[in-house]
Amino acid sequence: MSGVLAIVEEHGGSFARSAGAVVSAAAMVASNLDTRVEAIVLGDSGVQERAASLGTFGARKVTVVTHPVLASYHPDGYLEALEPLVGDGEYDAVLLAASDQGKDLAPRLAARLDVPLLQEATGLSVDGGRVIVTRPVYAGKAVLSATSDVAPLLATLRASAFTELGGGSPAEVEVITPSLDAEAWPMRIVSHRSTGEGLPDVSEASVIVSGGRGLGGPEHWGVMEELRRALGPEATLGASRAVVDAGWRPHSEQVGQTGKTVSPRLYFAVGISGAVQHLAGMRTAGTIVAINKDPDAPIFKVADYGVVGDAFEIVPRLAEEIRSLKESGASDSGRSA
Amino acid sequence: MKIVVCVKRVPDTETRIRIDAQGLGIDPAGVKHVVSPYDEFALEAALRLKDETACEVSVMTIGGEECVETLRTCLAMGADRAVLLRGAFGQDGLAIAKALAEALTADSPDLLLFGLKAADDDQQQVGPMVGTLMGHPCATAVASFGVEGERVICEREVEGGVQTVTLPLPSVLTITKGAHQPRYPSLKGIMAAKKKPMEIREALAGPQRISVRKLELPPERDAGRIVGEGVGAVPELVRLLAQEARVL
Ligand SMILES: Cc1cc2nc3c(=O)[nH]c(=O)nc-3n(C[C@H](O)[C@H](O)[C@H](O)COP(=O)(O)OP(=O)(O)OC[C@H]3O[C@@H](n4cnc5c(N)ncnc54)[C@H](O)[C@@H]3O)c2cc1C
Ligand SMILES: Nc1ncnc2c1ncn2[C@@H]1O[C@H](COP(=O)(O)O)[C@@H](O)[C@H]1O
Repeated sequence: MSGVLAIVEEHGGSFARSAGAVVSAAAMVASNLDTRVEAIVLGDSGVQERAASLGTFGARKVTVVTHPVLASYHPDGYLEALEPLVGDGEYDAVLLAASDQGKDLAPRLAARLDVPLLQEATGLSVDGGRVIVTRPVYAGKAVLSATSDVAPLLATLRASAFTELGGGSPAEVEVITPSLDAEAWPMRIVSHRSTGEGLPDVSEASVIVSGGRGLGGPEHWGVMEELRRALGPEATLGASRAVVDAGWRPHSEQVGQTGKTVSPRLYFAVGISGAVQHLAGMRTAGTIVAINKDPDAPIFKVADYGVVGDAFEIVPRLAEEIRSLKESGASDSGRSA
Repeated sequence: MKIVVCVKRVPDTETRIRIDAQGLGIDPAGVKHVVSPYDEFALEAALRLKDETACEVSVMTIGGEECVETLRTCLAMGADRAVLLRGAFGQDGLAIAKALAEALTADSPDLLLFGLKAADDDQQQVGPMVGTLMGHPCATAVASFGVEGERVICEREVEGGVQTVTLPLPSVLTITKGAHQPRYPSLKGIMAAKKKPMEIREALAGPQRISVRKLELPPERDAGRIVGEGVGAVPELVRLLAQEARVL
């Protein structure tokens, strides 16, 4: 037996944005290894109904692990539920999303299974029967290609870097209800407070509107918000470290070496000078737009399109133009990256 | 209370990365090294706890002899003692975690602090691996924490929010920036560091099972263009984004 396993993330009965990309990447690897693709999803019972739909991305079989205590992520519960399933599967590769949850879980799973782990893969390929992972290192200043000498190859994937397949037929679904006891887990989750106003996280968003010190103060983020809204629900807000250090925006929005590394389809850098530590976090973005009043700002060296001028004049106008483009129906949006 | 902070020596974040002749690593010539930024946050967190309560802060690293310099910096910032586990490790975080876990088991600290991720390989894994190997609970991405009796209370930064968790001691935390602006070593600290204990042992040399195929520079971005100046350039920018880049 062999195969490629995608561990799919679920939130409140719906699949995470990353699900399609992770299963599709697993399907691509499996087809190159001439083996089958499976998916596992953990959650409360609600997720069962949707499980077969992962077949669209190529999954042949989906194992749904349900238990009330799996309704939200807890590392001990997820590890306890997954370890036997992954350990006994004799998989060639096991893939998860490089979300906060995936990156928290994968190292623990690696330690339990005694296999190495490669986090935040931006590419996967197969060479001579071995799965090769490419991933940014030195905060994006270099790209590493590496493989594990033992199976399964365990990796987390930056979902925005992988394309979704489509057109597969519904998967076979198996439901498992393990016996789990949350009382036995030493870590207690006391509370959860949302801060992101429901916006996608910068590490996941496909469009980011990022602001720097050039915006002058937190009270000026209205124009950024306006641009974000014009770009639609897949857009989110980002920030430079200068802005976060000044307390204008939360650290969760920081892009760069000591913030998040992002690869969105479209990145707007507004009033950001383009220090190496910032570039490190966003240079793999698909298209970069820079708006800065200094024509010599280093950000223009990496930007695909730049506009020199005052953000307070340019950004509202940009929002307006994008809104009218979208209203005219001439936009190309809705396609995923 | 005994706290151990695991720190890694990494190239300075300003460093320009050049690839070596074999195409498997970086060219070390002219590269300046620093304590990995997140490890400085972790050390700062430990030192703040020490400022408030009686505790002993150790720093531990795995690497070559040159890491003594890195550890001295940590001692100068205020750590009490340092341990260098001598060994050459590559990309396999689990091999590093095993070596650290072995050394830490002997030290039996109450609190084990790690950086969220190391600024060179960016693997974001060694902390929770050590926790799992040692059978200690682990909270990742901790922006702030406090110790109350036998439990640590942590605020974790997670997608779209902040999660509060509590863990019994001993436990493992990986630290993110939060309010941990690292202190600078004082002159007094630098002088004192010279007299603080620095222990050098061999790291547990287990198998390293990640094979590097290639290290390369990322593809150069095509030279961008300045669309224009001021609001007048906006319609053309939007046209380019929609029709040329096809991203709107
Ligand atoms: C170890 C380490 C880690 C770091 N990690 C990060 C990180 O993760 N992320 C990060 O971003 N930085 C990081 N930095 C900091 C980095 O070096 C820079 O200091 C920071 O990115 C600067 O932020 P900024 O571009 O917003 O501000 P500035 O460099 O001050 O740039 C402001 C820009 O705004 C422009 N401007 C001013 N007014 C206007 C206007 N009205 N309209 C348009 N443009 C205007 C200016 O021309 C200027 O280019 C790190 C530094 C170190 C040492
Ligand atoms: N060689 C090492 N020596 C000591 N600690 C390390 C070493 N490598 C990683 N760590 C610790 O593990 C954290 C995460 O590293 P990584 O998983 O490599 O991103 C770092 O911030 C350090 O706290």
